[in-house]
Amino acid sequence: MPLQDHHALIGMAIGGAALITYGLRLGGLLLSEKLPRTGAFKIFLEALPGTILVSLVVPGILTAGAWGWPAAALTAFIARKTGNVFMAMLAGVMVVALVRFLET
Amino acid sequence: MMNAFRRGALANLPVAASVVAYGAVLGVLAAKQQIAWHSLLLMNLSVFAGSAQFVMVEMWLPPLPVLEMVLGVLVINMRYLLIGASLRPLFSGCPLWQKALGMHLVADENWAVTMAAYRRGQASIAYLMGGGVCLLTVWCLGTLAGHHLGAFISRPEAFGLDFAFVAVFTALLVGFWRDRSDWLPWCAAAGLALLTHQLLPGKWYIITGGMGGALLKVWQSRSALPNASRVDEPPNES
Repeated sequence: MPLQDHHALIGMAIGGAALITYGLRLGGLLLSEKLPRTGAFKIFLEALPGTILVSLVVPGILTAGAWGWPAAALTAFIARKTGNVFMAMLAGVMVVALVRFLET
Repeated sequence: MMNAFRRGALANLPVAASVVAYGAVLGVLAAKQQIAWHSLLLMNLSVFAGSAQFVMVEMWLPPLPVLEMVLGVLVINMRYLLIGASLRPLFSGCPLWQKALGMHLVADENWAVTMAAYRRGQASIAYLMGGGVCLLTVWCLGTLAGHHLGAFISRPEAFGLDFAFVAVFTALLVGFWRDRSDWLPWCAAAGLALLTHQLLPGKWYIITGGMGGALLKVWQSRSALPNASRVDEPPNES
């Protein structure tokens, strides 16, 4: 693929992501008076972050191999107990790294 | 005004430490995907959304799947509609240009810190902006440091760094759990995501799983609604 095309795609991806994200941020504020405070749309939007993260995480855990699930469980446990996302992440990554180190 | 800005920035410093580390992981992954540092910086400044940037970096394989990336960002950042809506009292009576400038600097962290301060009557737009500038600064520092150092790590997989984003999202996921009614939508999301992951290329599994799970939640609360409204309504007999 020509380099020019690659750069054009990079510009489109970042520009598109930036526009979409900014549109959602400002749009949320400006539409807030028109958005229903109750009802299906609100429930949908409220449930979305959780279900998106589940969808994101589950195939990734499976791809990580047999120790993916124990590592993810430890991560979730530490996040729940301490509320520290960084420490939780570190623990999960260390489990996977350790298993890989021992297996090679 | 300057004082509130500084207080907002300081209030976000504890979160900033993990934002640096989180950013460093993104920087390492970005280097692994051969993303130039200036592309990463441009993304930091223009998109400024951690989870979405992780997803973009993860999908970054030439030729870039632009449509899937932008749709992924759309679905991931859908929550900003609600976050934006929740900031209405803070911005009430402000001119449009303040809203337009201010909303770009709203991230999950400074929003949460500001909403907590708002309940104590200590928040303002300057406070929110102070937090936003603080986070944007450390986000750029962390990602660029990770990107620079990542170039020296030949095999990030050996350090489990490919698992880092799974771990970050798992840790963040914990905070989204509300009650047992989340079980069914979350299991449906997981099932749909796994199925789509098997059947379709790219990252469509995030969209099918995310949308499917959330729609199930709507259906769930819809079927629970008649009972709930009966409780809320005063009895007609009296």
